[in-house]
Amino acid sequence: MLKQIEGSAAVAQAVALCRPEVVCAYPITPQTHIVESVGELVKSGELKNCEYINVESEFAALSVAIGASAAGARAYTATASQGLLFMAEAVYNASGLGLPIVMTLGNRAIGAPINIWNDHTDAMSMKDAGWIQLFAETNQEAADLHIQAFRLAEELSCPVMVCMDGFILTHAYERVDIPTQKEVDAFLPPYEPVQVLDPADPYSIGAMVGPEAFTEVRYLAHRKQMQALDLIPQIGTIFKEVFGRASGGLLHSYRAEDAETIFVAMGSVNGTIKEVVDAERETGSSVGSVSICSFRPFPLEELKNALQSAKRVVVIEKSLAPGLGGVLASNVRMALREVPLPVQTVIAGLGGRAITMIGISEVLRAAESGSLPDVTFLGLEQAVIDREIARSAEMRHAGPTAEGILKAIQNRPAAERSRAS
Amino acid sequence: MSEETALQRVKFYQTGTHTVGNRLMDEDKRSVQSSIDRSNAITSGHRACQGCGEALGARFALDAAMRSCDGNMVAVNATGCLEVFTTPYPETSWQIPWIHSLFGNAPAVATGVSAAMRRKGRAKTKVIAQGGDGGTTDIGFGCLSGMFERNDDVLYICYDNQAYMNTGVQRSSATPPTARTATTPAVGDAPGNVFGTGKNLPLIAMAHNIPYVATATVADLHDLETKVTRAMNMSGSRYIHVLVTCPLGWGSATNHTILLARLAVESGLFPLIEAENGAVVRTQKIRKKVPVEDYLKLQKRFAHLFKKDHEDVDRIAAIQRMADANIDRFNLLGERTAP
Repeated sequence: MLKQIEGSAAVAQAVALCRPEVVCAYPITPQTHIVESVGELVKSGELKNCEYINVESEFAALSVAIGASAAGARAYTATASQGLLFMAEAVYNASGLGLPIVMTLGNRAIGAPINIWNDHTDAMSMKDAGWIQLFAETNQEAADLHIQAFRLAEELSCPVMVCMDGFILTHAYERVDIPTQKEVDAFLPPYEPVQVLDPADPYSIGAMVGPEAFTEVRYLAHRKQMQALDLIPQIGTIFKEVFGRASGGLLHSYRAEDAETIFVAMGSVNGTIKEVVDAERETGSSVGSVSICSFRPFPLEELKNALQSAKRVVVIEKSLAPGLGGVLASNVRMALREVPLPVQTVIAGLGGRAITMIGISEVLRAAESGSLPDVTFLGLEQAVIDREIARSAEMRHAGPTAEGILKAIQNRPAAERSRAS
Repeated sequence: MSEETALQRVKFYQTGTHTVGNRLMDEDKRSVQSSIDRSNAITSGHRACQGCGEALGARFALDAAMRSCDGNMVAVNATGCLEVFTTPYPETSWQIPWIHSLFGNAPAVATGVSAAMRRKGRAKTKVIAQGGDGGTTDIGFGCLSGMFERNDDVLYICYDNQAYMNTGVQRSSATPPTARTATTPAVGDAPGNVFGTGKNLPLIAMAHNIPYVATATVADLHDLETKVTRAMNMSGSRYIHVLVTCPLGWGSATNHTILLARLAVESGLFPLIEAENGAVVRTQKIRKKVPVEDYLKLQKRFAHLFKKDHEDVDRIAAIQRMADANIDRFNLLGERTAP
């Protein structure tokens, strides 16, 4: 059923259609509307046979989900940013125990300085925690990915994190086709784990494993993710058969088959990139884009194939590995390890800074002319940086820096001010 | 023969206490462990140290729990000695469904198990969470308080050996003042642990108005079984705090495990209480009060208080005042109330 609906509410409705049995809620912006909406569906009786538990922290939220999942219930929670870091220990634990929990991540920056707006630093912090990480491009895809996520998680016995950009998706009202209960039931069978906490057949779960077997356990976790590389497209195909639309998969290519410059990005920014691709194609640029949907497992082969025609690859990514540069770019380079292609990365949209079509077009100009550095910070105010560097060089004091930057921005000359706005 | 050894040899009635041996009890009131049909929640072959109070306490507590629910239960374990010594992969001592997740989340995992059981049509399956004092009073404290506040249907048992024994005897918020640990060494002007204001978890649990809170020790295992059984027959959040001797961490003889737990009670340092819905309903009276020195002197972690050249009289007196305050607070020398 077509609805003009907030992203968070669409996800909440999609999750409810998956018949979760335990949902744990803890508020953190920008994810909060999702658990609020699920809570309302439970309390109103619309979502039946579901325990909705208001917990005291994100650490508890995922821990409750761990207990519920180990006891055989379909479990769901949602978080963002600091919340994901606060539950970090449980994130690794859930995957280590092989529990098919589904969790939404409303992507948000990580402080300090504290910042509630969107980027992908939170997801990147848990990229190697053993969870499958799927990135939604639109709210329709966010809703659809949750339905796929439960099936994927339960077939693999591996938790799935569905990442959707905070505010840009979570708070945006878009047209979303919300499937019927019948459709979802046809796609998603009930959760039937082989091993549960059952007094009639007692197991010990979570034993201590020493050096004699730990490597094998970790290898199997890797193998599970490799299996997901096959399973994700398969589930995407079945999804299309049942729901009549393509959603998810490992990656989406857009006008990349013959493109000389190909952008690679994750999440909602692909919408803007596609607009740029269309506009630049009009004026003769040979440009296309690839949107990575499955960041973990990372589709090395599929990406290499999607970049076949490229003479250069430009990664637009909403996270930064200080001291290295791009996180996504490192993975893209891995896919191109046998191909002599330049891969440049553009760090963009940190802490919610808008990524504009003009900004991406400028990046394309620079890339085409060969003047794009390996690492670029899109829209970096160099004058502000220069002043702050000069100021801190005078003082030689260790200590907080964020307030210094704000001061440098406040004190900028009038000419610079008008340019920035 | 020293007095302590004599106490150990009396099998049927522990002199100076109210602890009663099985042969003095009616058959139906005897310890679960006295039965040949005991359920053996934690079976033999685990790797606990000789004289481990936690292994003893956990076995009695969980066997009593199993008997009260016909084995229809799940146990959730925090990281710690009990977890490590019972489940070195691929072996396990547990005869019940058991899960270990993390150090600080046992109460939350138990909440999840309990919620799942309700939704899976197994509401009768009882859930027990357990951890040591570190997992309970320190790192798991937030999750525990959340579980209490929601009144989730879980019995939480803390086996308190008063320090982080699994990692090599470091101070926890349950470590008593002056005690020597690896992080409160017996050096300097005030050797051992500081005199803080204390963190009395049974009282904190009571402040949540949960249905049941009790304290117990491994000196009176029959009392422990009784309290576990009582708790198992209730629903909502229940908390039992069991003092368990640790010969390794306390520097005590392995055959003093029961004796030390008893002296902790008889000195007033560890009051035995039961509370329902936030109010104390029963206390175990001290039969023959002993000075705290009797308890402290048997443990190397307090050895620096009793140096030959200068006994630390001030701080021993301060510990005595703590014991006396407990005795006053819970009226532990008063008339005995019916159990």
